[in-house]
Amino acid sequence: MSGTKLTPVITEYWDDAKPWSIDSYRSHGGYSTLKQSLETDPDDVIATIKDSGLRGRGGAGFPTGMKWSFVPQNDGKPHYLVVNADESEPGACKDIPIMLANPHALIEGVIMTCHAIRAHHAFIYIRGEVPHPIRRVHQAVAEARAAGFIGKNILGTGIDLDVVVHGGAGAYICGEETALLDSLEGLRGQPRLKPPFPAVAGLYASPTVVNNVETITSVPYIIRNGVEWYRGFGTEKSPGFKVWAVSGHVRRPGIYEAPLGITMRELLDYAGGIREGHELKFWLPGGSSVPMLTADHLDTPLTYEDMVEAGSMLGTGTPMVFDETTSVVKAITRWLEFYKHESCGKCTPCREGTYWITGTLEKFQGGFGQEKEVDELVELCNQIMGRSFCALGDAAATPYPGALKYFRSEFTDALTQPPDDLFSPSATMVIPSPAGVAG
Amino acid sequence: MSTTSHEATGSDTPTVKMITGTIDGTDVTVPEGTMIIRAAELMGVEVPRFCDHPLLDPVAACRACLVEVEGMPKPQPSCAVPLGDGMTVQTQLTSEVADTAQKGVMEFLLINHPLDCPVCDKGGECPLQNQAMSVGRPESRFTGQKREFPKPINVSSEILLDRERCVSCARCTRFAEQIAGDPFIALLERGAQQQVGTGEEPFDSYFSGNTIQICPVGALTSEEYRFRSRPFDLVSVPTTCEHCASGCSMRTDYRHENVMRRQSGDDPEVNEEWNCDKGRFAFPYLQLERLATPLVRENGQLRRASWPEALRIAADGLAAARGRTSVLTGGRLTMEDAYAYARFARVGLGTDDIDLRARAASDEETDFLSGEVAGSCGPVYRELESAPAVLLAALEPEEESPIIYLRLRKAARAGTKVFSLGPFASQGLEKMAGSLVECVPGDLATQLDQLDDETAAALSQPGAVILLGERAATEPGAFAAMSRLVQRTGAEWAWVPRRAGERGAIDAGCLPGLLPGGRPLTDETARQEIASLWGIDPDELPATAGRSLAATVAQIHADAKAASEAGEEEEFSPELAALLVAGVEPDDIPNADQFLTALDSVPFLVSLETRPSEVTARADVVLPVAVVTEKSGAFVTWEGRRRPFGTVMPQPTSFTDAVVLALLSDYMDLATPPREVDDLRTELGNLGAWQGSRVSPADVPAGSAQQPGSGEAVLASWRYLLDLGTMQEGEPHLAGTRKPAVVRISAATAAANGVEAGSRVRVSTDTGAITLPVELTEMAENVVWLPLNSPDSQVLVSLGALPGDTVRLERGDV
Repeated sequence: MSGTKLTPVITEYWDDAKPWSIDSYRSHGGYSTLKQSLETDPDDVIATIKDSGLRGRGGAGFPTGMKWSFVPQNDGKPHYLVVNADESEPGACKDIPIMLANPHALIEGVIMTCHAIRAHHAFIYIRGEVPHPIRRVHQAVAEARAAGFIGKNILGTGIDLDVVVHGGAGAYICGEETALLDSLEGLRGQPRLKPPFPAVAGLYASPTVVNNVETITSVPYIIRNGVEWYRGFGTEKSPGFKVWAVSGHVRRPGIYEAPLGITMRELLDYAGGIREGHELKFWLPGGSSVPMLTADHLDTPLTYEDMVEAGSMLGTGTPMVFDETTSVVKAITRWLEFYKHESCGKCTPCREGTYWITGTLEKFQGGFGQEKEVDELVELCNQIMGRSFCALGDAAATPYPGALKYFRSEFTDALTQPPDDLFSPSATMVIPSPAGVAG
Repeated sequence: MSTTSHEATGSDTPTVKMITGTIDGTDVTVPEGTMIIRAAELMGVEVPRFCDHPLLDPVAACRACLVEVEGMPKPQPSCAVPLGDGMTVQTQLTSEVADTAQKGVMEFLLINHPLDCPVCDKGGECPLQNQAMSVGRPESRFTGQKREFPKPINVSSEILLDRERCVSCARCTRFAEQIAGDPFIALLERGAQQQVGTGEEPFDSYFSGNTIQICPVGALTSEEYRFRSRPFDLVSVPTTCEHCASGCSMRTDYRHENVMRRQSGDDPEVNEEWNCDKGRFAFPYLQLERLATPLVRENGQLRRASWPEALRIAADGLAAARGRTSVLTGGRLTMEDAYAYARFARVGLGTDDIDLRARAASDEETDFLSGEVAGSCGPVYRELESAPAVLLAALEPEEESPIIYLRLRKAARAGTKVFSLGPFASQGLEKMAGSLVECVPGDLATQLDQLDDETAAALSQPGAVILLGERAATEPGAFAAMSRLVQRTGAEWAWVPRRAGERGAIDAGCLPGLLPGGRPLTDETARQEIASLWGIDPDELPATAGRSLAATVAQIHADAKAASEAGEEEEFSPELAALLVAGVEPDDIPNADQFLTALDSVPFLVSLETRPSEVTARADVVLPVAVVTEKSGAFVTWEGRRRPFGTVMPQPTSFTDAVVLALLSDYMDLATPPREVDDLRTELGNLGAWQGSRVSPADVPAGSAQQPGSGEAVLASWRYLLDLGTMQEGEPHLAGTRKPAVVRISAATAAANGVEAGSRVRVSTDTGAITLPVELTEMAENVVWLPLNSPDSQVLVSLGALPGDTVRLERGDV
């Protein structure tokens, strides 16, 4: 069995009857140190998070404490905390479960973070397509308000805080922090020119911290248990625990909370291994926007730095696992169709590049690609990578070159033969399709 | 308005910090904050660009301008990254990365762009076409299906949009939002389906045509020019706009002796790179029915005549009426033509009866223009931009001088406070984030005197400006009151006429009592200077100030009355025996009926005109003159800035007013005055500024608003920019963008008069009535506003009333 143990912290009591209720959260120590934390000097809270080494869980892994420290102080402007809960990355499903099962840890994190960055107004921007967490977080905010954790003069500390839950309108681009801010302001969600960065001029042109749900949810546990405890998990450069959401061709897909540095082999073990009678073909550490890896990388520690070393990225830390029944051509085409559909249209490389690449991939999917196009697609991806306005373009340019590196023959096969002939659509399905419906 | 204003603001120019970076291995020193793309331009390196525009905020969307910056992992958009001190930049000339990045973006831009250059208006002058030639591949690698849209769609009645040509650079939408303040077009949808579009409202903006000019592809076109010409078949001439006193630099493009289009010129001191839709699209009038030959009246009918015959008759008639002729020049002449009239009136006709104002005017205004405005130069556009506060009095810049509006809006976005004395906060004022100081027509002088301390304090800051519109002429005591406010605050000031030729004609001496160069007729030194310039004896100049237009009309009516009383046997000699009229539109004049009957009854009427008009119809001799494209000259802006322009299309058969007046002088056996533009300009220039004493404005007591009775209201009115003006004729698509005529009254006034939201209102006088839909507006009580000269709302003609007069108000459903 695995050497790395599961370490449920955020997910510790998800088997409670109603883990999302404030009573359940409080029975596990939730809000117990909130007053104390609010009476701590905000700079000390920032220092604690800095020392803990917590890194952003939205995909980029930027040190959270450092992000908070960029907010100018005593500038006379209101400060804002915006929680990015626009989880839309293909394969990523961790923030939504957290909000469903443990919304109060998020809210306590919001309160502590707002105290640290001297904000009196927080927004939780939740992806519009998922009404259930929107409802649940609304309910949790109401509970916290009734308990006196949100509102005027919280717990007699003299601190005021209002929390607004905002449902998006359904656009992947709004997960990009500046597009999210535009959307929150009521504008069309498109990324903003940086600088100025949100820490200086974000929401309503005021200093704003934008953090991922999992990042903020980690905060109360760090504050409650201390830096040393937190650094007891994970590695030097990637400390702490992480909510891993494993999906795909595994026996037990789901949420596994374990320290950073666990390997994919260990996670696969926890997930019960590849489906019966199949073997691993490729996997992605964190959503469709990171390059794919193969069985050769199963023992690489899942940390920010090791994944980069291995030629991929940790991303959202939500591994997608695919077995040998999967057509790489079709998988890549699906993802590119997603990026084409979600490209906001602002910049040329992403808008036009995804249009072109998707069109070509759809030809491969039909079995009539052209040989020169196999490498031409790499050139097109290179024309997007690093040239687009925001990271969406980079993400769209990522899957194909990675796939070609390991599975070139599947693309050359698709010059003459549709992938469906080689990879039975029904064989790859995790849930059998009704009779007569092909994948 | 003073001659020292430039010095006053010149000294406190902030020092600019200069930084030095390296572009392609060469050091370049630029002001801090200069974008890399601009710095590269300065050293002659052209980086490709589409979304970049120097007058719009950077957006970095098109990615065509990527360059390599040392220390940055990715290529950077040079339009949005300022050159830093010590920064090392490599453009496509020296960097493989930049070159590849730019070529990649260009390839992407072209995949969804149609290959319809041969039928596209932009073909031949298209930034996309040009840069595709320099940066693009010879052949496309893209073999897929191009994105398609139904084409074209009207974003307004004048502006058309072909969405498949659009490269989503957002120049048009940024212009609409940032410059014009009319964000009625926006980018819609996402990804490759992203497109420019409107909401339920059309692109309702007086500045919409600029979007066509800054579109880097052929996505935006005008109904007026679409499919009419190829740019390489056009001859382009730099010109000055004749439509208002803003003085826009323009480019007129013609082919086969027809003006095909007009575009904004690039003049950072005046209109920057923008103009209004009137200036851009209102030129077809130049080609409407023209007067081809002179006409003379015979047996009551006008008939064609040769130039010698017509000149003979005109010269004889005018010579016979020497000393008893009045000259009405209208406000649309070039400065040089106006000067020729000013001279011809005094020398050729021996009269000082000369008035440039074909509009409501007053003697008080005559004194003000002679004493304070003539020959002066005051605050300029840049000073508006840097002013801490600007007060608008009797002036709606968006409607009456659109480039002032654009400059003030730019200023307001940077912090200038705009105040306006008017009956309600107009759309233009709101777009300048301005504050209304409520003022009922007739009450302006009182309001200027009683300006609240807060506004006065704002105007007391160094560099503050007061702009007084020409409508102040109907506000008793307004000029004296403004002088008092200037005394109180120390603000700079300027007078803003509406027509392009008014300011130049004032400088040229087309007012009673005012000789050229701001010289008072009654001043001995001035008389001597002018007499020696004109080669006459000072005593030959008229001795006393002559008649204004209103006085002229009154005199003709008095003469007619006297003549009818005198009986047929007596030899009756009228005080005014002849009229010389140039470019006057009777409908612009208060009491147009009386003006027209005066034209009917004056014994001899000579008209110099371009097109048949109500004046030519009554003339004894009609002498055709050149339109603005057929002559050179200069207009003078409201600032006092001369805007010279050259001939667009020389027409050997068409004469300027100055040439015709010189010919008349010949036929009258007078010394030939200068007739060429250069000579006229030199002569006027040689005169120099007047250093002597000036007319001191009469201290007219401040007027106050009339008190309307029950069922009455005080009339407020001004012209929309796009209205029934004769120089907008012939362009129906532009007319389609006019604002609809409405009556504005406050909710309380409406309720008091039985008017409800959505109903119509009848505004009437003894002369007539106008009935229009009501728009309930937050405004002064018992005031009614309606457009002065719009379809269904011709206030001067239908009501015979002026702003400030009392009119009747009632519900008008029928």
